[in-house]
Amino acid sequence: MSEALRIIQDPTLTYKQELLALARLGESTDDSLRYSDEYYEAKKKGALCDLNEGVMPYRPRYICPDYELLFKNGCKFLDLEPPKDLLEAVNALEIFYCHVPSITSFPVYLGDLDKLLEPFVVKEDRAFAKKVLGLFLRNIDRVQTDSFVHADIGPEDSVTARLLLELTEEMQLAVPNLTLRYDPEKTSDDFALACVRCMLRTAKPSFANHRMFVKEWGERYAIASCYNGLSIAGGGYTLPRLRLYECSLGAKDVDDFLTRELPRHIDLQLEYMDKRVKFIVEQSSFFKTNFLVTEGFVKQENFTGMFGVVGLAECCNHLLGITDKKKGFGMNREATALGLRIMDAIDARVKAHEAPYCEAYGHRYRLHAQVGIDTDGMDDSPGTRIPIGVEPTMLEQLEVNEKFHPYFPTGTGDIFKFEETWLKTPEAVLAIIKGSLQNGLRYFSGYLENNDVVRVTGYLVKKSEIEKLRAKKQSLNNVTVFGMGAQDGGHALDRRVQHHDESAGQ
Amino acid sequence: MMRAPVNKIIPFSNVDGPGNRTSIFFQGCPFNCLFCHNPETIHLCRGCGLCVQSCPAGALRMEGESVVWDSAKCVGCDTCIRLCPHDASPKIRWMTVEDVVEEVRRAAPYIEGITTSGGECTLHNEFLIELFTAVHRLGKTCLIDSNGSFDFEKDPRVLAVSEGVMLDVKAVERHWSDELISHPRDVVLKNLDYLLSVGKLHEVRTVILPNRDRENEETVRYVAAHIADGCFYKIIRYRPYGVRERYQKLLGEFETDAAYAERYAALALELGAKKAYVV
Ligand code: SF4
Ligand code: SF4
Repeated sequence: MSEALRIIQDPTLTYKQELLALARLGESTDDSLRYSDEYYEAKKKGALCDLNEGVMPYRPRYICPDYELLFKNGCKFLDLEPPKDLLEAVNALEIFYCHVPSITSFPVYLGDLDKLLEPFVVKEDRAFAKKVLGLFLRNIDRVQTDSFVHADIGPEDSVTARLLLELTEEMQLAVPNLTLRYDPEKTSDDFALACVRCMLRTAKPSFANHRMFVKEWGERYAIASCYNGLSIAGGGYTLPRLRLYECSLGAKDVDDFLTRELPRHIDLQLEYMDKRVKFIVEQSSFFKTNFLVTEGFVKQENFTGMFGVVGLAECCNHLLGITDKKKGFGMNREATALGLRIMDAIDARVKAHEAPYCEAYGHRYRLHAQVGIDTDGMDDSPGTRIPIGVEPTMLEQLEVNEKFHPYFPTGTGDIFKFEETWLKTPEAVLAIIKGSLQNGLRYFSGYLENNDVVRVTGYLVKKSEIEKLRAKKQSLNNVTVFGMGAQDGGHALDRRVQHHDESAGQ
Repeated sequence: MMRAPVNKIIPFSNVDGPGNRTSIFFQGCPFNCLFCHNPETIHLCRGCGLCVQSCPAGALRMEGESVVWDSAKCVGCDTCIRLCPHDASPKIRWMTVEDVVEEVRRAAPYIEGITTSGGECTLHNEFLIELFTAVHRLGKTCLIDSNGSFDFEKDPRVLAVSEGVMLDVKAVERHWSDELISHPRDVVLKNLDYLLSVGKLHEVRTVILPNRDRENEETVRYVAAHIADGCFYKIIRYRPYGVRERYQKLLGEFETDAAYAERYAALALELGAKKAYVV
């Protein structure tokens, strides 16, 4: 059966999902963008992965438009005036979102919704504002049907942020993903606690280390897609990843890996990125004619390439001959120390590379701890995470994370699954988050074990929607299928639960 | 150097006082409560050696008169605990104050303070005094979780270096108390009043047993009337998990119904204990 026929006969695909799958198939018929033989060989072995970005990039992978500019000047191409009230503001955003491309064809960054909408919200009666925002969220959930769609709030408290939290709890939607930029001096405890409660009940918002991101990106950064740090009015051209476990398979020992196999694979991935970035900028029409560029909503110089890694844990365990994961990376000092050496090596080599068209960030690509994809199975844990099922205590898990998170300006994060009693003690959860961000954690996500909306590896899905797919029914959300794959292959929903202390009581 | 037997340390606990806390469980308890759900913390190991042979992981061995536990080998199956005829555990660590402080220091960025528990932690008061002094230097608070067997008024030194006490009042009526906790309850009730009067009572806890209307009511009435809104009153539903089998038969093999427990919280509220709640 032809691939096209398979797509159009698949009962679980919605019309839009078919369309996107067919577009991907169409794209794959061209092969003018070529890489070295060595690159293809490494890819075939699974040591390099292009995350199915497609062979002919016709837009950058992630785009973070400057929505403030939309509100200031309107948009000529879309014939939108600067909005004068809340209804116009929400309407302008809903229209604009439909024209923001990305690797998934859905907008991965919806803006700092609280800052954008607050001036309009405060002019309205609270109940009316809530109604409008509720319809706005419903529109996003049903039109931008992809869990990589992401909105940001904070660090300061606002009426809009509170309304968004209330609605998030009431509506229990998987889209959009949501991040609180947390800054201990700008984010009040009261606001942070409201976010913790909402996070436990709905798996969002996650907490981003605002100070860390500001230091790397300046004030105007976005958290997009899963947890990706990027520049507002910029974005990420491409995100391929080293699958470190597979990279380590050809190495004789640790030294051989660090001096030969690792640099070799890094260079191959850089070759891929360079060619791809040049193609997007020089060959495809996006940076020449797209209204986002011509009207200044994004600037080419604010883009960078994202250098992804996965499977550090399995790589370290393999190199040290550790077969019992329970005694490996995360639980074992030697393995964790090797992980740091490997990350230092990757960091240094990527920083030494002069990257094309990354003007705003010193002509450099930036590292990304990729969250894994459904087909990774158990071979490569997301980024630098400790494998699911062998997580140590939360304290130890945080300590390991804090060491690795600083390497990844374009994103990393870890997820903690809490047992019900923590809902009664949000201040205890907040204390943990505060301490970890203070100690260098970049991004904290959590949820309660019994939720319907759960965080898989970085994105959100509804468990009830996964069940629909299992029953061979369609799910509106494009990402549900990844959630099912990650659950089956990677046991992504089986992460350790943070119990309350079982010895208390009687 | 002073050492104390520590049964376990839980770096993050959200049920042992306000915020996130490190809980330190000491071994040994002067009570022997029928509903104790970690009876292996009641006595110190007698070195009888019975558990050593049955450990499937080879984590236990005899050294002279005492059992040595190898935590690296232990797989946590709890066979040893189930087997021990003396309500003890071979899996304890004799720790110095500095050993414990080291673990608290690690958790310090994420916690509000520590709670010492047990067993009964006030069996190790000298240890607690040094520990609390060191933990205060880390800028963290120290709460004592106690069964009330130690007379805080008689020797107020440990209280002086602690932010407060979470006190169990398990039974008030004398005969019921003798049966339930195997210990005179007078000192517990004295502590209740004393801790309240010096403003160091953080919380009182009472376990509500299934089908014990009279005993439950007597205890709740007494506590509620005494504490009024002076501290939290935690009404705990009995759960058979961990309780020794022979006592499960006596007390109940099922947990206390939530609605039944709520009745006692309502009673406490009615009697003026404004901060009563069920867990
Ligand atoms: S733990 Fe119990 S069974 Fe084991 S040696 Fe000690 S007293 Fe004996
Ligand atoms: S719990 Fe006890 S019996 Fe089980 S492995 Fe550990 S020491 Fe051995």
